[in-house]
Amino acid sequence: MNNLEFSSYLLIVSYIAGFLGALTGLGGGVVLVPALVLLFRVDIHYAMGASLISVIATSSGAAAAFIREGYTNLRIGMFLEVGAVLGAIVGAFVAALLNAHVIAVIFGVVLLASAYLSLRRNEETESDRPSHPWAMRFSMEGVRPTLTGPRHYRVHNVPAGLGLMGLAGTLSGLLGIGSGAVKVLAMDYAMRLPYKVATTTSNFIIGITAAASAGVYFTRGYVDPGLTMPVMLGVLVGSLTGARVLGGTKSHSLRIAFSLVILALGIEMVYNGVAAAV
Amino acid sequence: MDRSLERIEARIGMTLTAGVLLAGMLVAFGGMLYLLHHAGQPVHYHIFRGEPGDLRTIGGVVHEALTLSGRGLIQLGLVALVAEQLVRVALTAWLFMVQRDRVYVWITLGILAVLAVSLFRNG
Repeated sequence: MNNLEFSSYLLIVSYIAGFLGALTGLGGGVVLVPALVLLFRVDIHYAMGASLISVIATSSGAAAAFIREGYTNLRIGMFLEVGAVLGAIVGAFVAALLNAHVIAVIFGVVLLASAYLSLRRNEETESDRPSHPWAMRFSMEGVRPTLTGPRHYRVHNVPAGLGLMGLAGTLSGLLGIGSGAVKVLAMDYAMRLPYKVATTTSNFIIGITAAASAGVYFTRGYVDPGLTMPVMLGVLVGSLTGARVLGGTKSHSLRIAFSLVILALGIEMVYNGVAAAV
Repeated sequence: MDRSLERIEARIGMTLTAGVLLAGMLVAFGGMLYLLHHAGQPVHYHIFRGEPGDLRTIGGVVHEALTLSGRGLIQLGLVALVAEQLVRVALTAWLFMVQRDRVYVWITLGILAVLAVSLFRNG
């Protein structure tokens, strides 16, 4: 395959990944790296570099629209980002110490976990218990727009959220993904934020977390311009159209289908990593 | 008070949109130049060699881009995209400053410092 053909195929696959990632809220990076490694036979380090940059582009593109809608909670975002940024730097350094097979296996396990989490998610997890003391101390409670006017929400289990954010950041730096699934888990499941607040706040900080590892990725030579160019452009345009097409509508069956794709990719990544290492 | 907050939020949104557009255009323009010269070449991304030293540092990337090399221009667009995240965090700090929320000003500036060290010491 020559460079022009390779770039064109990559552009199309990245567009689809970005489109489905935005529709389902799982993000494009989680399928991009396996697609690059398994379909295009790209070394996993280059794949992680291209994916990390695409994650930043997607987050920046989508966040602009979400802030306007009034769902994003910047206080919660910045508080949790402390854990995520530190995790991201640790993850990026650890990535350099591990060989490609080990990273592939970890990646596969994360894919399996993401698919599982996404399949078993409950829609409404809000609770009327009083907020966690840290949430009061750091004034995290917020108001979100609803059809019947603004509605106040509480914030629970902040330490668990912060811990999960550290994990999300570490995985982001280690694997070059946005870790959207773990971030939403932290805010939706642990802190019991309204789902839309959790996803939009996650989307806002994903790019910042990824930027923390980007310096290490550039220095180690993971970011190849020829490879990243079609991937970044494809994912960016794909995620913008995905967000526009179904902005807000629930796409339950689509999410299940996408989760099954992720499940299959996860099994394949684990199998490939183990087979190559033996 | 509320109107000035909305203005800053709008500015964060505008900065994000403008930054992504600028980075995307640099990458697309560099990509065209790159493919113009290298369209027929075979690709070999299956072996990791790492980028040449020039494309690993900010100074090197700017230098390459100024020679209008396709790869240099793409890389400049990618660095710009990362740098834009710092602007986003700085604007968020400003938002908290206007709200006189001292705790969050410090939290946000702390994140900004970590990002800056990570990007400029490594990049």
